[in-house]
Amino acid sequence: MEKIKILSPTAILGYGFPVKSFEAGLEKKPDVIAVDAGSVDPGPYYLGAGKSFTQRAAVKRDLYYMLKACGELNIPLLIGTAGGAGGRVHLMEAVEIIKELASENKLSFKMAVIDTEINKEWLKEKVSHGKTKPLGNLPDLTLQEVEEAVRIVAQAGMEPFIKALKAGAQVIVAGRTFDPAVFAAYPVAHGFDVGLSLHLGKILECAAIATEPGSGSDCLMGELDREGFVVYPLNPERRATPLSVSAHSLYEKTSPFELHGPGGKLDLSQVKFQAVDDRTVRVTGTKFIKTTIYYLKIEGVKRVGFRAISIAGSRDPKFIANFRSIASGVKKRVEDNFPELKGKYYLNFIVYGINGVMGALEPENKLSHEIGIVMDVVAEDKNTAEQILGFTRSTMLHFGFPGRISTAGNLAFPFSPSDIPVGDVYNFSIHHLVEVEDPENLFPIEYLEIGG
Amino acid sequence: MVKLIDIARVIRSKNSGPFELTFDIIFKDKEIYEMVKGKKAINSELIKKLYKISEDKIIGIYYFDPALAVKFTIVRPLPAGHLGETDIYGAQQHAPLLIAEIDL
Repeated sequence: MEKIKILSPTAILGYGFPVKSFEAGLEKKPDVIAVDAGSVDPGPYYLGAGKSFTQRAAVKRDLYYMLKACGELNIPLLIGTAGGAGGRVHLMEAVEIIKELASENKLSFKMAVIDTEINKEWLKEKVSHGKTKPLGNLPDLTLQEVEEAVRIVAQAGMEPFIKALKAGAQVIVAGRTFDPAVFAAYPVAHGFDVGLSLHLGKILECAAIATEPGSGSDCLMGELDREGFVVYPLNPERRATPLSVSAHSLYEKTSPFELHGPGGKLDLSQVKFQAVDDRTVRVTGTKFIKTTIYYLKIEGVKRVGFRAISIAGSRDPKFIANFRSIASGVKKRVEDNFPELKGKYYLNFIVYGINGVMGALEPENKLSHEIGIVMDVVAEDKNTAEQILGFTRSTMLHFGFPGRISTAGNLAFPFSPSDIPVGDVYNFSIHHLVEVEDPENLFPIEYLEIGG
Repeated sequence: MVKLIDIARVIRSKNSGPFELTFDIIFKDKEIYEMVKGKKAINSELIKKLYKISEDKIIGIYYFDPALAVKFTIVRPLPAGHLGETDIYGAQQHAPLLIAEIDL
């Protein structure tokens, strides 16, 4: 094998793609199709609640085309970070969708299911033996944080995928995964360079975002050889240019010169991006630098409480000008009214038109003609959250302040009911590295014969 | 002094994981980029002033030639999704850069 062609249909499974682009990709005879199905960007809720930020029907639609194509071309399909957050419950949901599609369309294949959720007892051992370390400026991981976490996942590297490929799996679906790993596993299994494979994976994982005009819901093709790789879009309306592809090296990462991942880092400092034609870019010069200790990144969330919100607006210049003192006056009234709940709830006003987007970072201080207020209450349980929210809302509606002219009510509510129970709230509590001795065998892999 | 918005093609912010914010400024052409790079016009003093943060919150400033871009990454004032945090994706924290001026 001198060249490997990888088709990336979409930036996130469920974000969709034009069928025409996908079919143009199939005409290029890809050796493998791979897709990233999740992200940590939508926040801690999804990992905590065991839900996906993508919609089931949209995921099923995308998978239908991919599974069918893999059957027809007899090539593997690799899926990482199943169910959006990659916990066991998310993974099982994806497995369920794949089984449904197989039975509805009479498809048969060997499937590998890689579970990357982390066992708390295993992690506590690691913590006790000093085998974890924090990322960024987080504190060291403690046994208590592990215990309090609702769910913990590890970002798997390509090792379990390579193992599953060698075991003959055609469809491989995994929990939380280092995004580029699903793209890099196949070429690395066939002896291609790790650095180039991972770098290609890093670009492919966002599909056509690296093209002009960029899109998270269109396909991108990658062709890897021994010295480098090329990428090009399959939609004739898009182009990959040295600028669009190199700019993607900046996207959502700390530094453009290095990318840390399982077992090492990509050194991008010597990378060259060259135009092959007006819509194809060749990339060379990426190196993978192995670390002596193999680290995996782990992510975990803990429950903070229950959230209820109310949304209201004001068009009154005096109310707007006095908002800060009104807000603290309302908070004080709530405290005085329920002294027994002191310290048991969180009450905050997010105010669009003042600093709703940037909070403390907001440099602008001119007043808007109208403001939008989100009253945000989080408490241990739903009843307490709704109690505090209801009282806050009615207090702010009729709150007296110096110079008040419109004495019938301070707020415009767009909805009835005005108070909305949102649900459980989670925090990212674990964002650490853990030492791993045997990355190939760390995660359990279940093999299933589907259909046939 | 020149406004950043007049010489940049892209000014954007985004999470780099839930605990960092990263900013990309992609310049309109190589000549402008080389001037900015030569003067190190995007520097920690400017970032500290625009984002009202201290030096230790700046993780890195990177001049990236292939993309004609400057990138800088800072510690998030609040992690994505924490109580009081208002921009889960970190995609709307670029506004101070839109009004920033640099000396070329």
